[in-house]
Amino acid sequence: MAVSAVARLAVVAVVEAHDLYRTYRTSTGTLRRKWHNVEAVRGVSFEIQEGELFGLLGPNGAGKTTTIKMLITLLIPTKGTASVLGYDVVKDAREVRRRIGYVFGGERGVYERLSGYDNLRYFAELYGVEPKEIRPRIDYLLDLVGLKGREQERAEGYSRGMKQRLHIARGLLHDPPVVFLDEPTIGLDPVGARELRATIASLAAAGKTILLTTHYMFEADALCDRIAVINRGEIVAHGTPAELKRDVVEGAVVEVEVFGLPDGTVERVRDLNGVTSVSIEEREQAQLLIVQTQPEVELTQSILGTLDGASVGRISRREPTLEDAYVTLVAEE
Amino acid sequence: MKTLRLIWVGWKFHVKSLTLSGFFILTSVLQPIIFASVAYFMFRAGAREGTLLYVALGAGMMGIWSSTLFGSGGAIQWQRWQGTLEYCIAVPPPFLLVILPLTLATATIGLYSLTATLVWGRLFFSVPLEVAHPVAFIVALPVTVVGLGLLGLILASTFIMYRNANALSNLLEYPVWLVTGLLVSLSLLPFWVGPISWLLAPTWGINALRDAAIAGNAWPEIAMCLLLSAVYLVIGYFALQHFERLARERATLTLT
Repeated sequence: MAVSAVARLAVVAVVEAHDLYRTYRTSTGTLRRKWHNVEAVRGVSFEIQEGELFGLLGPNGAGKTTTIKMLITLLIPTKGTASVLGYDVVKDAREVRRRIGYVFGGERGVYERLSGYDNLRYFAELYGVEPKEIRPRIDYLLDLVGLKGREQERAEGYSRGMKQRLHIARGLLHDPPVVFLDEPTIGLDPVGARELRATIASLAAAGKTILLTTHYMFEADALCDRIAVINRGEIVAHGTPAELKRDVVEGAVVEVEVFGLPDGTVERVRDLNGVTSVSIEEREQAQLLIVQTQPEVELTQSILGTLDGASVGRISRREPTLEDAYVTLVAEE
Repeated sequence: MKTLRLIWVGWKFHVKSLTLSGFFILTSVLQPIIFASVAYFMFRAGAREGTLLYVALGAGMMGIWSSTLFGSGGAIQWQRWQGTLEYCIAVPPPFLLVILPLTLATATIGLYSLTATLVWGRLFFSVPLEVAHPVAFIVALPVTVVGLGLLGLILASTFIMYRNANALSNLLEYPVWLVTGLLVSLSLLPFWVGPISWLLAPTWGINALRDAAIAGNAWPEIAMCLLLSAVYLVIGYFALQHFERLARERATLTLT
């Protein structure tokens, strides 16, 4: 117990974001241009401790990538401050860059005409890896990400998963203590995504401090020590996965399969007393109406009454999951 | 030492990348043939001063400028399109050391254009290739390439900032051909063109190459080209710093 308390005292914030704002200026029209401000990030604050795997979870357009780009010095915050290992991301951008690795999801960001090895070799030079260490380091990383034997092929022939793994290797060339991963498993097949998650877990086990953004709840649940849920540029909840689950565990979820959901159903269900959130999942020939309710409230009949006699398939009632917690948090906004 | 190594490795990387581009190879084959023909027919039609080699060198230099202009600008735009621009910006070294090897590589590729123009000129139009001062010529050649590369560096800084700076490269191709005396003799142009041309390294570069080829004194022009290159380097350094910060403020490093 005493050791644990001492260890906790020694914990240091490696990444700190204080009241970050980022506004984009966009225009519409050609001759008469109208300018608009879009607030992508609105007052985001969090801290990541040394060796922690911190998840930033949110739907598309929530502000995850904008937040990460401010932390890795690619965007200057409109307001607020952020630091990595004590270095300010605006004033000490160069010092921050030396100490971080980052990976964006997707296939872009690779010199397609050159081989995987050429790509890594060039970035090893840019990150100041000692010449005699470049080859062994690249060999080690090729092994780590499973690209050994394919490194001399042109990157344009790589699959999406291979390019993604090349990104991971590139981000780790200089063995950075802090790693930012922006939706690294996006678009990967299930096997590729699982392998990548295993790689991320091994990085965390090796003591790296990691910020992971994702919109996959199960991914955040499986990997992260702590999660912040971001929606419309604001953090709407944060805590450990267990804490987030606990917040919504009291309640139930009713799922109704409907063939041809009538217009206005969501609004009608939302107006029912005891409903906390409503969402729809498209199925092949039907829609799945997912309704979260308050504890000890039985709303199945009331929900069916809002369907205007539409054809109904399977009806089920279950305990809420972390994904339901996420949907509730995002829907509340 | 680390800086030189970074420039060397970056230069090799970008030369390799550029030479693997099908489009780049196609234009490198076709353009010199067009330029050699232009040089020959202009010389025949104009009864101009100087020798046929004098004109052919100008035509070859047009190719180097096109290569630098479209290479530097196009490469930045290409990097933005393929998503590597952000990765290149967020590395520890100053952005100058990332972009300089790229612009030098595009100017180097342009050397091929000069060589091919002269070779085609020799094969099709019997352009004489005897050079009066080979040493001065060999020195003038890389100096000119560096001068062009550094002019490309200043241009590249604007490409970092503006997503549609391609229009600028189209706009600048012909004026620089004219103002630097590559296409027609500067004496045929209005007097105010002169001072502008003196500020451009390619003017001194082409004059150095022509003087070295045709029994003139190329060394003062080589020195001038080097001096302007140093000035471009300083301007490029500050311009890149400025535009890099603006791009991070205005979020123009990506396509969207």
